[in-house]
Amino acid sequence: MRSLAEVIALSLNQNCSFCQAALSKEGLETGLSIEHIREGMKERLIDMEKSVSDALSQKWNGKIVKSDFGKMNDYSQSQQSLSSEYILRASEIALAVATYNAAMGRIVAAPTAGSCGILPGLIFAYKELFRPEEDALVDALIVAGSVGEVVASRATLAGAEGGCQAECGAAVAMGAAALVALRGGTSEAIGHSVALTFKSILGLVCDPVGGLVESPCIKRNGLLVSLAVLGADMALAGMESIIPADEVIDAMAQVGRAIPESLRETAQGGLAITPTARRLVAEIFHERW
Amino acid sequence: MALTDIIGPVMIGPSSSHTAGAARLGRLALACWGGDPLESVEIFLRGSFAHTSYGHGTDRALIAGLLDMAPDDIRLRDALLIARERKFNYRFDAEEIDGAHPNSARFVFTGKDGRTLEVIGASIGGGAVELQQVDGFNVSVSGELPSLITFHQDTHGVVAAVTRLFADMKINIATLSLYRKSRGGKASLVIELDLQSPPHRSVREAIEKAHPSIERVLPLYNEGGNVS
Repeated sequence: MRSLAEVIALSLNQNCSFCQAALSKEGLETGLSIEHIREGMKERLIDMEKSVSDALSQKWNGKIVKSDFGKMNDYSQSQQSLSSEYILRASEIALAVATYNAAMGRIVAAPTAGSCGILPGLIFAYKELFRPEEDALVDALIVAGSVGEVVASRATLAGAEGGCQAECGAAVAMGAAALVALRGGTSEAIGHSVALTFKSILGLVCDPVGGLVESPCIKRNGLLVSLAVLGADMALAGMESIIPADEVIDAMAQVGRAIPESLRETAQGGLAITPTARRLVAEIFHERW
Repeated sequence: MALTDIIGPVMIGPSSSHTAGAARLGRLALACWGGDPLESVEIFLRGSFAHTSYGHGTDRALIAGLLDMAPDDIRLRDALLIARERKFNYRFDAEEIDGAHPNSARFVFTGKDGRTLEVIGASIGGGAVELQQVDGFNVSVSGELPSLITFHQDTHGVVAAVTRLFADMKINIATLSLYRKSRGGKASLVIELDLQSPPHRSVREAIEKAHPSIERVLPLYNEGGNVS
């Protein structure tokens, strides 16, 4: 899929959902039947759900980040939180899955391993709190994947090429689109949710401490779910992005190219070269082998 | 890119290029070696593979691949232990090679019978890999489709003989690349096949007999041989 505009146009012409339009485009491009594509995404959803239950089942530790996502649950149980129950639960799941990834757990890259907490957080917290049909969740994942496909073809999903905006940023845009679809929003609203969220994350750099997928990655997963939720709410409220989604994605690509190499997954800039990061790296790599 | 490439791969963390790609690369290198009893494997890490392998479990992932585990096999975490249990001999080293891909490795296999094989490959992002060199031949193959590599003498009729065989077997060739070291010298044909699953052993055997100047054919998929 080359553009969201063509999926949206197809859904308007055929009077079908964004998901159905994306499926028929995917079918044409891959030569696979729509049933086959749906089946593949259903399997991904099952693997993703398993990653969530595995991640929540015990404490997992990375090399720098220790398991502390349980604090989110303790907090939401003990007092009135500022964020909604849904956002807090999505954040907790996102933190857990991203920590599980750092601990060499079995995850679904969505779209990448570094951003693997965001979609499961949004989708499975939604499942717990709003109890949608299983098929609606598969549809939501297809919508999210289609947005990712457009980002991959127009820009990039690699932090080494586009910075964190290309990984976590894409996951947020994909998640916002999935939420709008789950809520029965229009195809245009899906497009606006992508544009609105991406615009708020343009320029985010990839500066992991020690080159590890831990700090700041894990908590970024846990925080950025909120952007997806609010972006979806904004689009569902009828707010529209001045710049259309495809152009925002093109801008993301251009910004990514302009980000210096030191801030594209090389651990040579930003948070990765702070005094604390240097100290942690010295400690961790001292204990190797 | 298909939807399952975006929502996926399913993999053992933490890094698609340094963990999932490394496992896939190890497995592809193993497929090149085939099923003959193995004495040892030496793995020379290059570029960022050498520098960040500890933090990303690249070493475990490469060994997991060499033990024929998939990138989403949960045993990947314990691959070094499993290798020890199976008495799988390996040794890691690092090397600085000018112009090498930043995430690449060179594998040197030695069989119980003394046969050796050298394979160079790279993890090119998102868990995808590229086989770059086999026994000194520069190639470029992803391993995503079942593929075969022939080693033969550069002479007329080899390509025709091989392609005729696939035509007779009604197997579509997805890509076909021909390499040679010199005119009339050693040559190699890399064939990617449009198949959902690896072809039967008889296909490789038929290719080996397709032309007298074909010396051997490597399958880039597991033929079910025993490696450990």
